[in-house]
Amino acid sequence: MPFRIDRRREMSRGLLYLSPVLAVAMTVLTGFALFAALGQDPLPALYHFGISPLTTLYGVSELLVKAAPLITIAVGLAVGFRANVWNIGAEGQLTFGAIAAGVVALNFWGEEGGWILPLMCLAGVLGGMAYAAVPAFLKTRFGVNEILTSLMLTYVAALLLSALVFGPLKDPAGFNFPQSRMFTDSALLPIILAGTRLHFGAVAALMIAVAVWVLMTFTIVGFQLRVLGQAPAAARYAGFHGKRLIWICLLMSGGLAGLAGTFEIAGPIGQLIPAITPGYGFTAIIVAFLGRLHPLGIVLAGLVMALSYIGGENAQVEVGLPQAATGVFQGLLLFFLLASDFLVRYRVRLARRVTE
Amino acid sequence: MSAETAVLVMLTVISAATPLLFAALGELVVEKSGVLNLGVEGMMLAGAVAGFAVTVSTGSAVLGIVCAALAGALMALIFGVLTLTLAANQVATGLALTIFGVGLSALLGAGFVGVPVAPLPKLAVPGLSDLAVIGPLLFAHDALVYLSILATAGIGWFLARTRAGMILRAVGESDESAHSIGYNVIRVRYLAVLFGGAMSGLAGAFLSLSHTPMWAEEMTAGRGWIALALVVFSSWRPGRVLLGAYLFGGVTILQLHAQGAGGLGIPAQVLSMLPYLATIAVLTIIAAGPWRGRLDAPACLGKLFRPPT
Amino acid sequence: MVSIGIERPGPRLQARGLTKRFPGVVAADKVDLSVAPGEIHALLGENGAGKSTLVRMIYGVLPPDGGQIHWEGRPARIESPRAARRLGIGMVFQHFSLFEAMTVLENVALGIDNPGAMADLARRVSEVSASYGLPLDPRRGVHTLSVGERQRIEIVRSLLQNPKLLIMDEPTSVLTPQEVERLFKTLRQLAREGCSILYISHKLDEIKALCDRATILRGGRVVAECDPSEETKGSLARLMIGADLKTAKRRAETERGPVRLTVEGLDLPAESLHGTALRKVSFNVRAGEIFGIAGVAGNGQKELELALSGERRAKDAGAVRIQGQEAGHLGARARRRLGLGCVPEGRRGHGAVPDMSLVENMILSGYERMNLLSTGFIKKDAARRFAENVVVDFDVRAPGTAISAGSLSGGNLQKLIVGREILQTPGVLIVSQPTWGVDAGAAAAIHRALADLAAKGAAVVIISQDLDELLETTDRLAVIDRGVLSDPMVTAQASIEDIGLMMGGVHGPAPVHDEALGSRRYAV
Repeated sequence: MPFRIDRRREMSRGLLYLSPVLAVAMTVLTGFALFAALGQDPLPALYHFGISPLTTLYGVSELLVKAAPLITIAVGLAVGFRANVWNIGAEGQLTFGAIAAGVVALNFWGEEGGWILPLMCLAGVLGGMAYAAVPAFLKTRFGVNEILTSLMLTYVAALLLSALVFGPLKDPAGFNFPQSRMFTDSALLPIILAGTRLHFGAVAALMIAVAVWVLMTFTIVGFQLRVLGQAPAAARYAGFHGKRLIWICLLMSGGLAGLAGTFEIAGPIGQLIPAITPGYGFTAIIVAFLGRLHPLGIVLAGLVMALSYIGGENAQVEVGLPQAATGVFQGLLLFFLLASDFLVRYRVRLARRVTE
Repeated sequence: MSAETAVLVMLTVISAATPLLFAALGELVVEKSGVLNLGVEGMMLAGAVAGFAVTVSTGSAVLGIVCAALAGALMALIFGVLTLTLAANQVATGLALTIFGVGLSALLGAGFVGVPVAPLPKLAVPGLSDLAVIGPLLFAHDALVYLSILATAGIGWFLARTRAGMILRAVGESDESAHSIGYNVIRVRYLAVLFGGAMSGLAGAFLSLSHTPMWAEEMTAGRGWIALALVVFSSWRPGRVLLGAYLFGGVTILQLHAQGAGGLGIPAQVLSMLPYLATIAVLTIIAAGPWRGRLDAPACLGKLFRPPT
Repeated sequence: MVSIGIERPGPRLQARGLTKRFPGVVAADKVDLSVAPGEIHALLGENGAGKSTLVRMIYGVLPPDGGQIHWEGRPARIESPRAARRLGIGMVFQHFSLFEAMTVLENVALGIDNPGAMADLARRVSEVSASYGLPLDPRRGVHTLSVGERQRIEIVRSLLQNPKLLIMDEPTSVLTPQEVERLFKTLRQLAREGCSILYISHKLDEIKALCDRATILRGGRVVAECDPSEETKGSLARLMIGADLKTAKRRAETERGPVRLTVEGLDLPAESLHGTALRKVSFNVRAGEIFGIAGVAGNGQKELELALSGERRAKDAGAVRIQGQEAGHLGARARRRLGLGCVPEGRRGHGAVPDMSLVENMILSGYERMNLLSTGFIKKDAARRFAENVVVDFDVRAPGTAISAGSLSGGNLQKLIVGREILQTPGVLIVSQPTWGVDAGAAAAIHRALADLAAKGAAVVIISQDLDELLETTDRLAVIDRGVLSDPMVTAQASIEDIGLMMGGVHGPAPVHDEALGSRRYAV
């Protein structure tokens, strides 16, 4: 073997934070090759994908609009991933939370009042939590794997939303289109930058990230969650309540996903439609890993992944790059990230030939 | 219901079950070697698009099927390099593989949406296929259906009766022991992972070349995940994978027919939830039943292993 | 034993300058070793001396960083266990290389390179096991077997290949004294037939009784080669440790205080198929007393540890009483509040979290009794001070408290965990396998700390497979076998023979043995 690979006794801190940068760089390089293979001139394609969206104020505001739900969801998921609780159904919890909030908005349609929006948020959070409670209950009560249950429920939630907007929640004056009425003003988030779609959700995402960072770093609950993920037997030895921690993880990530869904329908969308998310719940998984499962890292990672969305749209308009390229980039980024993590835990050196 | 209708319904059940069977059998072999690859959905999509594109472009379904298996194996190779060579987390890598597969297949298949393809030819067994009822049920399928049944028996035989199968089980049972006796754990797992990828690729090819047959983005619609659940349902036994796949095929067809019959007043979407809800129900019953703790999950499933240097 | 009559040709195995480096440590440093045909050769050294590393290189499991191996006079490159077996080297691992969910026969077939037809192999297994006194049923699942029976699989598996060299890594640590005698008979028979045996151990009595020659390792280097029969136990120990063996004085009889721990009729079902159920376990420990639990591994020690620490709860609240309070129904945290401390058998991942810092590992079990929280927030400074106290008081060799627990050596990590529990001044301390894999210096320090704790009025329970350790450290002890605990006996009056018989260990056939066991246990 030309290389000698040894496990490091301590993780390399420097590489831990460098590896996401390395992964982004590798993704860009691969993107270069990919564009070329698709018959695009790589440089303009990359420019329209990665840079031109950021040259206008509107572009930046759109970046934040996309980053907000990603960060909100990813922060919650990361708590679970740290504790070895694999909620991958955030997409469904987002949808279910949005349905709950949307029902509130439509129920009070046309009414005025500052209480409607908070009530929607509450409904959205509770909806997301309730939806995540199903895998939580099945896991803690029967030991059912939460990966499969939370994912199956994602399909169910999408079908439920579809059934509602095709049925009971359909706009009576909507020419039979599958969508609800447009929400009235009291049910819409305030815009924080005039002339853009940038809404309060972006601020909320930042606040949530800070709050979760405090929780994970300074409190005993955060400590217990980290122990549960790293050494479940040690958590049991310490007497930590494993099932309660699993509930916390799933309820928190579900609630935050529900809140993100609420912000989507009360913000950029303004009504219930069959497709309220371009896969935020799944992309947030990548965001969580790219941000090293650290809330503040996730804020940065959310911005990067949001760029992949608007960059994808932009490149589609400008150079006709297929929309699906976004998913490819997202997948590649996670591959490279996982690959570069090897360097964090292992030391690779050229092997010396040993002869006696 | 007349006999002919019953036969037709049964044929659709077989058609719905076959992709699940391929994917779940492949994953079963992967998991028996101690590896959990959650990227089945992504590998199926790669197979579906590769099989479809090659068949349409070359006119050769055989070539299409071979390429579908290769595409699945290629996706699995990415998974193998990351998890086996670079010791990455298997859960995270599997998710990445699915996300990647969804994007890549949509990208490559963009030009093939709405393109027609001739479904795989039925290989009727002369003489037998003309028999009433059992003729069409047993002796007039396309090659992949026969192959899926053969694969069930073949994998069962391989795991239980061959030395290579025993080594595969041993690696999944205790990677440390297998290594200290002198087996190359990583190589065995690579082979298993590649095989699983090829089977997922075949599952995808069956979807796009026989079941529908057409190409559409994300046409697997969660079947890869249901296949993962089927492996748990089967307690890692090939025969039970067959049973599970046909049960789920039955549920899928049942709800389709319910929709066709006017849905008894139930919205179509609610009926479409049935396969997913059934998966959750089955997983719960398996986990909660009196046989819990005797599920025969490979002891090293999902565990990271790197040989000492 | 000296073999006679045959003039010996050159050595069968000769290693020259074998070297293996791991990050931060040289596990084998230019080791020379020579084993003659038909010789039982001891490889002696304490934990961490590099014995296992050396034989793993000889068996092709670990690639050496330097040096050469000669086999029957010719240079050999042993790149895999398969290559080793081709040469005629067999190995019985300390941590068995077996597959629990598979049958004996499958396990044997996996470990040899030319198994042939299974039916044929089953016959050969029966033949070999009969001719060497190692009874085995090829069709049984490994998970149903006792530790001793599992070891037989490994031995039979090696013997089927007609080895010229058999490596045994710490084979007796899992056996009862009677089983050890039986094993020695087998090994002597093999040596008479010309097979060389490389016997790894740190038990001096065994080596004097069994081995023709010994190579002694310390800190990865060969420090001596000798004929053990010409050495005394003391001189061997000096070579092995580099200092005099401290023959621990029996502790002076101290005043016994009130009963601090009562276990009464403790039942606990097996957690998994491979687990052991505890049945009606009863004993009590007074203040100032050290109570030992002896037994062969896998007879319920793990379960007892978890049942005492609170990681598994009993149905009956009164089954465990800590300082007079009913605690059977309580979890680990609540029991700690009553004054319980626990040092579990597993260190990495059970008693400590390897990837967390020493400070964070203090919080793990100490956050309540050491008052490290304020309204849910961790008092980092208080935790650091606690960690520093443990590091100083228990001589944990660590460059600061911010490093990860996983980077400590086994001995230092164990001192850290023991220190963390003792500085919380527990009224009752449960310690499982306190010195397993720990170097002699750390082991002595841990034994002293446990004695001091008892002297201050705590009740201490030591669960250990190392009978010598229990005989040295405890006041009273009992033997656990298949989840049943014997009546306690006063350590000073107990005979090793009796304890060995109570340890039983053979779960399968051998009815004679079972009868003896039964009459001894239940006649009391």
